[in-house]
Amino acid sequence: MDGPPKGGFSFDLCRRNEMLVKKGLKGPSFLKTGTTIVGLVFKDGVILGADTRATEGPIVADKNCEKIHYIAPNIYCCGAGTAADTEAVTDMVSSQLTLHRYHTRRESRVVTALTLLKSHLFSYQGYVSAALVLGGVDVTGPHLHTIYPHGSTDTLPFATMGSGSLAAMAVFESKYREGLTEEEGVKLVAEAIRSGIFNDLGSGSNVDICVLTKSGKKYLRNYEMPNPRTYVSEKGYSFTKKTEVLMTKITPLREKVEVIEGGDAMEE
Amino acid sequence: MTIQQASFSPYDNNGGTCVAVAGADYCVIAADTRMSTGYNVLTRDYSKIRQLADKSVLASSGFQADVRALQKVLEARHLTYQHQHNKQMSCPAMAQLLSNTLYYKRFFPYYAFNVLAGLDQEGKGCVFTYDAVGSYERTGYSAQGSGSTLIMPFLDNQLKSPSPLLLPAQDAVTPLSESEAVDLVKTCFASATERDIYTGDKLEILVLNAQGIRREYMELRKD
Repeated sequence: MDGPPKGGFSFDLCRRNEMLVKKGLKGPSFLKTGTTIVGLVFKDGVILGADTRATEGPIVADKNCEKIHYIAPNIYCCGAGTAADTEAVTDMVSSQLTLHRYHTRRESRVVTALTLLKSHLFSYQGYVSAALVLGGVDVTGPHLHTIYPHGSTDTLPFATMGSGSLAAMAVFESKYREGLTEEEGVKLVAEAIRSGIFNDLGSGSNVDICVLTKSGKKYLRNYEMPNPRTYVSEKGYSFTKKTEVLMTKITPLREKVEVIEGGDAMEE
Repeated sequence: MTIQQASFSPYDNNGGTCVAVAGADYCVIAADTRMSTGYNVLTRDYSKIRQLADKSVLASSGFQADVRALQKVLEARHLTYQHQHNKQMSCPAMAQLLSNTLYYKRFFPYYAFNVLAGLDQEGKGCVFTYDAVGSYERTGYSAQGSGSTLIMPFLDNQLKSPSPLLLPAQDAVTPLSESEAVDLVKTCFASATERDIYTGDKLEILVLNAQGIRREYMELRKD
């Protein structure tokens, strides 16, 4: 039964592409955020943290990107994996929640975001490669979740994701405890991210932090910048050689032509 | 037919970058001190530079186990050379020896990307750059390793060398002073470290001139 197209991704060319790869074609590469992202629950809310390096293979594509995405005024989400997927998936859910709020006139809940995210990811069987740390405070209290690319989820008091997850989890496992104050929590999150930045080559540059409480959010962009450039030459370098002009020729535009309407040009 | 045994890969890539610049009466050779595998840092303080003779120094990136084996072969060959000739090997002679040593393992190569630098018989700076199986060329400057694709175009822009095909043969050494060359090398590494995840931690610089050898270090980003 053929109906109108329903939207979503098209997998029509997957078989062809598989055949081309077998014949030796190299597919396009994606911008991966080889990342450290973390989150923890503290006394009166949730703290999220992320590094700011985006890589494409061994090359740093962005030295100061944002990995803590807005979901709702009281919910934020850290993303690891393919940059385009984490961005798109969080934007889609954020939009759906906005409409849901207009409809219900109530603050969004973290479980709603969680369910929307996981059902989207599950329906794409892991091909939408987004690994997320979702955190927020709603009417039922503070919540922290992790979401894997295949759609499975966890509910945790502290969580890490991305290529630097082991380095960051080492810090959490040795120092996390229940009932941390905001100051202690931010310090611990920053230390976990720094552990990823320095010990995982996929992570680097700066520390971003987002604190979510009942009374509101604090987005601490570039909370720490522990990696300044180590050397700048005193004299600087110049690249003066201009491209040589071999010849100059100006071709004027054709004069405007008036088209006269009328007359049956197409007769016969 | 199902697979009967686990596959074995004899090679790894430990990353790292090497740069050398030759001047009229000096030579600068530098490498970062990070050794890594995959996304892990193995150590932040591993020297990729080895002095093989009084006036020839080798910097190598690639697979450091192969590099170490290669260094031991060259050191052993240099020792026998000293016994037979009662003198240190010259840098161009060491360059030919390195080429032969690499080609000897043409079908199971050393996974090593080398830059050999030093002073020749007239005291002029010289740089020899290699591929993994022994093809080599004497140049005025060179970069090898994970950051070479970022550094080489910058060196080309700043120090463009005469074509090796010109007749009569042109001098390949750079017109910079010693301190300018060291400054250039520091800039190269600071920049490569910004964009290459396998380059970083610390920079080791060796300067060879008529006075002898000088070694200095500079900190690089550690992320």
